[in-house]
Amino acid sequence: MINSDLVSAINQRVLVLDGAMGTMIQRYQLEEFDFREGAFENHPDSLKGNNDLLSITRPEIIKEIHRAYLKAGADIIETNTFSGTTIAQADYHLEDAVYQINFQSAKIAKEVAAEFTDRPRFVAGSIGPTNRTASISPDVNDPGFRAVTFDDLVAAYHQQIGALIDGGVDILLIETVFDTLNAKAALYACDLVFEERGIKLPIMVSGTITDQSGRTLTGQTTEAFLISLSHMPLLSIGLNCALGASMMRPYLQVLNEKATFAVSAHPNAGLPNEFGQYDESPAAMAAQIEQYLKEGLVNVIGGCCGTTPEHIAAIAEVAAKYSPRKWTH
Amino acid sequence: MLKLSGLEPLIITEQSNFVNVGERTNVTGSRAFLRMIQEDDFDAALAVAREQVEGGAQILDVNMDEGMIDGKAAMVRFLNLLAAEPDIARIPIMIDSSKWEIIQAGLRCLQGKGVVNSISLKEGSANFIAQAKEIKRFGAAVIVMAFDEDGQADSFERRIEICERSYNILVHEVGFPAEDIIFDPNIFPVATGMDEHANNALDFFRATKWIRENLPGAHVSGGVSNVSFSFRGNNKVREAMHAAFLYHATAHGMDMGIVNPTMLEVYSEIEPELLVRVEDVLLNRRPDATERLLTFAETVKGSVRQQTADLTWRENPVQKRLAYALVKGIVEFIDQDVEEARHLYSRPIEVIEGPLMDGMNEVGDLFGSGQMFLPQVVKSARVMKKAVAYLLPYIEAEKDGKQQAAGKILMATVKGDVHDIGKNIVGVVLACNNYEIIDLGVMVPAHVIIEKAIEHNVDAIGLSGLITPSLDEMVHVAKEMEKAGLRIPLLIGGATTSKVHTAVKIEAHYPSGAVIHVLDASRSVTVVEKLLGNRKDAFLEELRQDYEKLRVHHQKHRAAKELLSLADARKNKIQLVFNETTVQQPKSVGVQLHQPSVADLIPYIDWTPFFQTWDLHGKFPQILQDVVVGSTAQKVYEDAQKMLAQISSQNWLECKGLSGIFRAYSKEDDIYILDPESSELLHIQHTLRQQTKKALGQPNLALADFIAPQSSSVTDYIGAFVVCAGFGIEAQLQKFENEHNDYDSIMLKALADRLAEAFAEYLHERVRKKIWAYSPKEQLANEDLITESYRGIRPAPGYPACPDHQEKLGIFKLLDARNAIGVELTESLAMYPTAAVSGWYFAHPDAKYFGLGKITEEQVADVAQRKGVALEDIERWYSSVLH
Repeated sequence: MINSDLVSAINQRVLVLDGAMGTMIQRYQLEEFDFREGAFENHPDSLKGNNDLLSITRPEIIKEIHRAYLKAGADIIETNTFSGTTIAQADYHLEDAVYQINFQSAKIAKEVAAEFTDRPRFVAGSIGPTNRTASISPDVNDPGFRAVTFDDLVAAYHQQIGALIDGGVDILLIETVFDTLNAKAALYACDLVFEERGIKLPIMVSGTITDQSGRTLTGQTTEAFLISLSHMPLLSIGLNCALGASMMRPYLQVLNEKATFAVSAHPNAGLPNEFGQYDESPAAMAAQIEQYLKEGLVNVIGGCCGTTPEHIAAIAEVAAKYSPRKWTH
Repeated sequence: MLKLSGLEPLIITEQSNFVNVGERTNVTGSRAFLRMIQEDDFDAALAVAREQVEGGAQILDVNMDEGMIDGKAAMVRFLNLLAAEPDIARIPIMIDSSKWEIIQAGLRCLQGKGVVNSISLKEGSANFIAQAKEIKRFGAAVIVMAFDEDGQADSFERRIEICERSYNILVHEVGFPAEDIIFDPNIFPVATGMDEHANNALDFFRATKWIRENLPGAHVSGGVSNVSFSFRGNNKVREAMHAAFLYHATAHGMDMGIVNPTMLEVYSEIEPELLVRVEDVLLNRRPDATERLLTFAETVKGSVRQQTADLTWRENPVQKRLAYALVKGIVEFIDQDVEEARHLYSRPIEVIEGPLMDGMNEVGDLFGSGQMFLPQVVKSARVMKKAVAYLLPYIEAEKDGKQQAAGKILMATVKGDVHDIGKNIVGVVLACNNYEIIDLGVMVPAHVIIEKAIEHNVDAIGLSGLITPSLDEMVHVAKEMEKAGLRIPLLIGGATTSKVHTAVKIEAHYPSGAVIHVLDASRSVTVVEKLLGNRKDAFLEELRQDYEKLRVHHQKHRAAKELLSLADARKNKIQLVFNETTVQQPKSVGVQLHQPSVADLIPYIDWTPFFQTWDLHGKFPQILQDVVVGSTAQKVYEDAQKMLAQISSQNWLECKGLSGIFRAYSKEDDIYILDPESSELLHIQHTLRQQTKKALGQPNLALADFIAPQSSSVTDYIGAFVVCAGFGIEAQLQKFENEHNDYDSIMLKALADRLAEAFAEYLHERVRKKIWAYSPKEQLANEDLITESYRGIRPAPGYPACPDHQEKLGIFKLLDARNAIGVELTESLAMYPTAAVSGWYFAHPDAKYFGLGKITEEQVADVAQRKGVALEDIERWYSSVLH
């Protein structure tokens, strides 16, 4: 059931992943109404900013963004489901919408991917970290406390993964892993779903090194992170978010050296400026990524916060010039 | 190659030395540790773990198998606590239990790749397979005991038979990675005096060698201290036995083991005579080996080895020790060190202000420069808290029993944001420093922050936020604080905040109070102390100058990269059609006075914002049935109805409003407003154009686009209005105030505001149907009015489409509002009475509400030129929208 197109593609060239969804959604300057219309009109809480809902209320916008990334040269687009778990949606009291969020997001992403027939395009179901950490206490007075348990996370991910698969995704992408225990729960849930359905989908895992300390939020080094998540046969392991491309390079070098999977990276468009905006230009970002490609560090490359179709187009252009990283399976 | 991980990797290769597993955090092996767990003294239990790591343990074995304690709960609690101790959690954890449910619970707490200790074929292969599969799902390595349905292996043959069978099941049936399998072929005591035990060590060595040669990838481990069981109480002999056993076991291929590093001699330093006798026993080299070792043991009894945990830092002066304890997060000695420090200072508070704060500042610097990370900072805060708790009684005693907080600080994560780790840390750090913290939690709207700040009479307000939109919300809170007339200092913190943003974007909106960016938790105390201390004015003056410099610098270096030039934005204006269908000649023009009764307006009330005023969130009327707030909402709604009836019957409020319809044409971004009869130019309205770079096909809007250009064949119109439902409110409010009746006072203000909005809606409908009469047949229910599903818009100055409050000046001039109905504009262009709304009417069917977004200084300069005034004179009105 592993997509043979995907396997051959990842062995032949550097695959391009899409860029930021949130940055693109911001361009539309949507209002509360856009997040509610048709589906959540009577919902008592404010929904503005709950971007995952737009797959249901404004599918044409999400499709337009997917299309823009595919046009820019993305081989893999991510579903608009970063917060599509009951845990993340609990802030909005929209736990009941989780299935629809994932199913619809997967469905519309597949529809747009199907519009592109020049070469195989793939849809990765985006599985975010949720807004709770299984390894850190939110209560400083009680470091032993946990706001979420491993089993809570497994249950939430199990539902999300099932809905993404029902919607037709080609890949599962566990991303922005800031707490490895959360990611372990996601992998555990993948394994359960695979066993229940008698299928297997390729899994990509992408962690977040929070700063120049070179560690995840929960304190792991890049190599410890890799070791902690190597128990499933992954399609790729990589890093995304928090850092710009050049700052991420030393940690990608670790993965390149140690990982027995493909390596992915989707860095931010630089670091946010004083106003929280990402302003690194496509050309500047692509130049840094060209360095990865020269060193043969990655197999999959894309963008995270602040990146746009223009960034992805620039990245796709340089990616096409280089061979993918070689690795021993 | 076995790869494990805690926060850091542990890689065990053929070339690796013996991997030492710390064994003291084991209730079955350490009575002291069991007592700590029984007495719930987890601080001491953590100190044991830290000592193990400092003593060289590379993996930490944790065992909570004791009948007297809830092993599962203790395992979970201890592992969770360990996770918050980065200098312990850096090494992998070994979950040691004979109970499967404890192993399962433990696995759910480990982010790293740990080891399960242990499973075996004791209960048969089905159970063994199920457990192995589950462990594989967590990605842990596993220790397999040489144990099967017939019992524990006690000979060389049984050992290899069970290990081989286990290996084949794991590798071939379960698909368990061979390199993640660690065999424990049972270390049994020697020198017990029983002949059948004479080969215990030797058989272990041989089995180890066989496993390493015949079961590829697998590792061998064992509990070393078992071997010396007969010599309990004689540490010198035991340490020598452990060292010698390890020496030979590792030579045979044992690559991991559980051994107390503080109970281990260095092999080469064992006294030669003792070594010979020990090895005679281990290798069963002579029949009287046991006798000879026992005889020798008598001569060395009693000497105890020193602890090896590094306590050299304890030799430093107390100030250094306190700083060390804070940086390392060690609570163990904090009480005694604080006690010692207390005598060095004249007042106990000086211990906090001096060495403890120095330590916290060091933590802050290390955190800021990426040398410490979050869990460590949290830990440091706990040490601080403990130190302060110790000092508190002394501080209180000094104050003659009157314990008084150093100040009250309100903390909140702003609306729209749920991240609160940083905020909580700041809260703890400040609380440690004797500040009273009022924590409003997350997603706190501005009005709640202000209400609570006033209610608790706080000394400072701390806002936190992580996501980018929180920056705008902080600006909003600052603005609201200004509007509410507060002077309380405002502290800004959180990952995306910055000094520059605070200086440029926030401070300007809160001129009445100070706004201070706080880089991280450890600085918060210094800042608050300065803010509330004697040097406050000097501090604020320095700060103001500092921020002013930043602003100047920012202004110089600001790159206008994301915004279009005004010319380009204008090129991308919306092109509307102006003809007889889209432009309707008004039925009546000029200014009209409207004086509806309160009863006329009640049907037009949008109740949802009314409930928001009362902090009840939900849409009306569903909110009345809401499971959480429904009953409260019903109560306040009933009270509102009662008061509305009184307002209406007793004429508490008088409603007066003006509408005016004027001729208009647009020229570029300006609207020329003419007398409808004489065509005399009455006013030029300068509208602002969106400059944000838009997606393809999306125009850059200005309100002027909705009015026909001068060149158009049709004559177009614009409307203006001012409505007020607040005449007479003061007398009634005064009455409530005299009665100290806050509830009714707020209720009346809230209702007056709702009536003003209802008035605007009511008047807009009249304009659409009767006055301008472009939709004479419109039939809309109130819900449709609320969702504004009618033709035309009525943007109000100060709101997103026209953020420029100065537009009110034009509206008031055109309608002569001050003389006609008595609504005034304050210096900051707020309307008074406050229950008032003013705005423009645009009737084009394609006119729509939009947010202006950010504009460039180029546009502001352009507006100034169009107005014929100096840029400096008007700039301040645009600060909120200026890029």
